[in-house]
Amino acid sequence: MTKQVEQLDRVIIRFAGDSGDGMQLTGDRFTQETASFGNDLSTLPNFPAEIRAPAGTLPGVSSFQLHFADHDIMTPGDAPNVLVAMNPAALKANLEDLPHGATIIVNTDEFTKRNLAKVGYGSDPLGDGSLSEFKVSPVPLTSMTVKALEDFDISKKDAQRAKNMFALGLLSWMYNRPTEGTHGFLKSKFAGKPEILAANLAAFQAGWNFGETTEDFAVSYEVKPASLPSGTYRNITGNLAISYGLIAGSRLSGLPLFLGSYPITPASDILHELSKHKHFGIRTFQAEDEIAGVGAALGAAFGGSLGVTTTSGPGMVLKGETLGLAVMTELPLVVVDVQRAGPSTGMPTKTEQADLLLAMFGRNGESPIPVLAPQSPSDCFDIAIEATRIATKYRTPVIVLSDGYLANGSEPWRIPDTSTLPDLSVTFTTEPNGDDGAFLPYRRDPETLARPWAVPGTPGLEHRIGGIEKSDGTGNISYSPANHDLMVNSRQAKVDGIAQDIPELEVDDPTGDARVLVLGWGGTYGSIGAAVRRVRRAGGAVAQAHLRHLNPFPANLGEVLRSYDRVLVPEINLGQLALLLRGRFLVDVIGYTKVRGLPFKAEELAGVVQEVIDRAE
Amino acid sequence: MPSDNGFDAGAGPKGLKLVPRSDTQYKMKDFKSDQEVRWCPGCGDYAILAAFQGFLPELGVPRENIVIVSGIGCSSRFPYYLSTYGMHSIHGRAPAIATGLAASRPDLSVWVITGDGDGLSIGGNHLIHALRRNVNINVLLFNNRIYGLTKGQYSPTSEAGKITKSSPMGSLDSPFNPVSLALGAEAGFVARTVDSDRKHVTSVLRAAADYEGASFVEIYQNCPIFNDDAFEPLKDPAERDTRLLRMEHGEPLRVGADRGVVRGDYGELTVADIADVGEDRLVRHDVHRPDPGYAFALSRLDYPAFDHVPIGVFRDVARPTYDELMNEQIADAKADQGSGELSSLLHSGDTWTVN
Repeated sequence: MTKQVEQLDRVIIRFAGDSGDGMQLTGDRFTQETASFGNDLSTLPNFPAEIRAPAGTLPGVSSFQLHFADHDIMTPGDAPNVLVAMNPAALKANLEDLPHGATIIVNTDEFTKRNLAKVGYGSDPLGDGSLSEFKVSPVPLTSMTVKALEDFDISKKDAQRAKNMFALGLLSWMYNRPTEGTHGFLKSKFAGKPEILAANLAAFQAGWNFGETTEDFAVSYEVKPASLPSGTYRNITGNLAISYGLIAGSRLSGLPLFLGSYPITPASDILHELSKHKHFGIRTFQAEDEIAGVGAALGAAFGGSLGVTTTSGPGMVLKGETLGLAVMTELPLVVVDVQRAGPSTGMPTKTEQADLLLAMFGRNGESPIPVLAPQSPSDCFDIAIEATRIATKYRTPVIVLSDGYLANGSEPWRIPDTSTLPDLSVTFTTEPNGDDGAFLPYRRDPETLARPWAVPGTPGLEHRIGGIEKSDGTGNISYSPANHDLMVNSRQAKVDGIAQDIPELEVDDPTGDARVLVLGWGGTYGSIGAAVRRVRRAGGAVAQAHLRHLNPFPANLGEVLRSYDRVLVPEINLGQLALLLRGRFLVDVIGYTKVRGLPFKAEELAGVVQEVIDRAE
Repeated sequence: MPSDNGFDAGAGPKGLKLVPRSDTQYKMKDFKSDQEVRWCPGCGDYAILAAFQGFLPELGVPRENIVIVSGIGCSSRFPYYLSTYGMHSIHGRAPAIATGLAASRPDLSVWVITGDGDGLSIGGNHLIHALRRNVNINVLLFNNRIYGLTKGQYSPTSEAGKITKSSPMGSLDSPFNPVSLALGAEAGFVARTVDSDRKHVTSVLRAAADYEGASFVEIYQNCPIFNDDAFEPLKDPAERDTRLLRMEHGEPLRVGADRGVVRGDYGELTVADIADVGEDRLVRHDVHRPDPGYAFALSRLDYPAFDHVPIGVFRDVARPTYDELMNEQIADAKADQGSGELSSLLHSGDTWTVN
C-alpha cells in the first residue's frame, strides 16, 4: 500500500509517559534521527526530580518535546502538534498544552480503570468524547510490543519495557526519519545482551511496520532538511557544550583542567562528562561537599591548573566564601552555575534565571566577579572558552550562568574548526618583578590590572597569599585604611576594565526604525528571538539585543538603552537584570517576568512585545 | 639505610618521592620570612614554628617546592612566617584547598596547618575526607583546646563543663579526641606530640614527612592567654615522666618506670603496675598493625585526664595515595586512548554534513 506523504515546514512532538517509560531516551533518539536528517531542531526535556515517582501518577510524568523544521528555529515550540501519551497520567498532565486539532497517540493498554482512577479521571477520556477537538489515534502499544516479541527468550517485563522503541518506530515512520542511527545506538547500548538488543530492534521495526500497514495512519509526513550554513554538525546539549568548551579552554590555555565538584541537579552531567576524558589530562575530583569542590579547584589554580567548579543554586550559595577568597587571592577560577528554580531546594529539574544577583553580589564585602551567560545550548561551548580567557587573563574567578533549560535542551551545532579558536596561552611569571630581585605578587599589569601568576615550584618567587587584605605590591597583610581603599578600588577597576576587552552589544533591528528594544540575557534568547520574529511577521518594528556578558556589561549598553523609547526586559525571575539596568543607567526599563520553571512561550512573549509597541505609539 | 637525619640516604622522605631533590644545603634561617611574628608572648606556636623551621632543611627539597596551606585561627598565621609558598585561606577549608593542590602537583611537599577549632569544628568534614582519601599532605593540628583568635570560647576539644566566655555555666559539649577521630577517618598515619618538646616534635614531623599519603599530627599547644597550662601536667618536669606514654615502635609501652600497657579482656588497652603484671605482659608497640583497632585502643588511654597520655606515632600503615591513583588513571587513559585530541572529541558521536 502506498501512503500519501504530506509536506510540513515544522512539527512539534512531545513524548510523555511514566518516569520509568524511557521517554527521555525515546526523545533523544528521535532527536538524533532528526538531526542526522538535517532539520533544524530544538528540544525541551521535562522530568521530575524523583528517580521513580509512583507509577502512573501525575508527579511521575516525564516528557520530552522536540521542535524540528525545514528552516532555522529558535525554541522547542510553545505547543505540541503531536502528543504521544503512554498512560492516562501523561495525557492528563499534557492536555492543556495542546492546541485545537493536535494529534494524540495514546497507549490504550494503560487506560485501565485503575490507572484512570489514579489520576482522577471519572470516565475514560478515550470514550467519553472529551477529546473530540483532537485527532486521537488509539494504539495498544504495550500489547502489540509484547506480541511482536513473543518469540524472544525474554521476560514479559522486558518485552513490555521495549514499548518505547515501538513508539519510536511508529513516529519514525510517520515523519520519515532515518533509522540507522537508532540501530547503531541500540547495538552499542545492548552490546552485552544480545536477546535484549534483538528484542528492542524488533520492537522498533514492529512500530515502523505498524505505521506503514495500518489504515489508522493514512498519511506520513515529511519535513525537508533545513538550509543551514555548510559544515559538519552534531546535536549538542548545553551541559555537553560546557564540558567541551572547558576542555577546549584547557587546551587553548595550555593549562591542565582540574574540576572540583559535588553532584547536584542539573549540573552533574558536566562532572560525568569531564570524568570520561582523563586522556586529556583532566583531573576530576568529586568532593565531600560544594565547599571542598571549589576549594580544591582554587588550590589547583594556585598550583597552575585551570581550576573549575560546577554547581547549581544551592551549591553556589555554599561556595560564596571561597569565591571571596578567589577574589582576594586573584587566582583564575571558572565557576559554572546551572541555574534551577529556587529558593532553597526549589524545583531541581526546572529552569530559572534567578541567580543573577547572587552571582553579582552574593559575597561579603566589595567582591566583583565577571559574570557570563550562554544564550543557547551550543553557545555554552563559546561561553566556557570566554570564561577561561577572562579568568586566566585577568586572574579572577568568572561565573557562568547556564540554566536547566540550556543544560538539558539541545540543538544542532556546527562544529568549529579548532584552528579558528582563540589562543589563550598563559605565561606564568618566572622572574622577580621588583627592585633587588624581589617578587611582588600584587604588582599589577598596568593594562589589565592582573597580578602575576607565579606557581609553587618557581624558584625565587616564593610568596604567601590569603584572604586577609593585601598590601599593594608586596601582598603582605595590611590593615592600612588607605591601602584597603586602594585595593578595593583596584579589584573593582580590574573587573570593570574587562568591558574594553569584550564585544560591544549588537542590536538586531532590520528596519532600523524600531522604537522598542527587547533586551534579554542567557537562556531566554530563543524564546525572545521567536517572539520578535512573530511580531515582525505581523508588521511590527522591534529591535532585539541579548547580553552574554553581565559583568561587566558591554561598553555601549547605556547608549543602546537610551536609543529606544521603550526597553522591554523579559526574565525568568522577578526582574533582576531590570534592577541592574535601572540602577546602572537610570533607564526605566519595562520588566516582564514569569517563574514557572519553564522557558517563555514565544506566542505569549510576542503578545507582550506587541503591547509595548502599541503603547509606544 | 637511614641517614643521620632519619630519611633514606639520597632519596629523602618517602612521602616526597615525586618532589625534586635540592642541591642547596638549607639552614633554619633560610625558611624564615621577613614578616614579624605576631603571636602572643609565650604562645606555644613560637616553639612549633621554630621546630618546623629547624626541621625543613632535613627534607632536602627545594624551598620553592614546599607549600604551607592554613585556614583561620592563631595557628593559621603560620604560612606568613615561612619563606616558602603559602596560602592563608578561609576557616576550615585548608584540607580541601591542599587536596586540589597536592592532587594536581605531585612535585610539591604540602603542609596543612590547622587548629582544634579550624580543623575539628568548622572544617571537620574536610579533615576526615582528606584523611580517608589519603591525599599526600601533612596535617599539623595545633590543639590548645580553646578558641584563641576569637578570644576564648570553648572548642571541640575543650573539656565538658569548661567555663568560657560563651559557656559561663560550663560547656555542654563532649570533646573530640583528635587522634581517635583521625583513626576513625581511616588515616594511615597518626601521631601526637607536645609543643615544648622540640626534639620530639621534630621526630614526629620527620615520620610524618616520610609517610606516603595523609599524615595527621596532633600537637598539644599552650595558649597562655585563654587556656594557660592546659597541658601543664605533661610538661612539668616533676610530673611529666610519670604521665607521658612515649611510644617507640618495637618497644614495650611504658608510662614512667613503674607502669606499662597491657591488653584487657575485650581488646582494650589498660595501664597497670608492672610489679603486678610482670614485664612480659607489656604490649610491644607496633605502628604497622593493619587493623586500626590497636591504635584506637591506644588513643583511648588519654583517660582519665592526663593520668597517662600516649605521644609519638600511633599508626603508620601504607595505603595507596589519592594523587598517585589519580595520576595513574590519567596515564592509563592516555595509554588506552592516546593523548586527547580536541577536534576528534568535538566530532565524536553522530555527526552530519551540510554542503
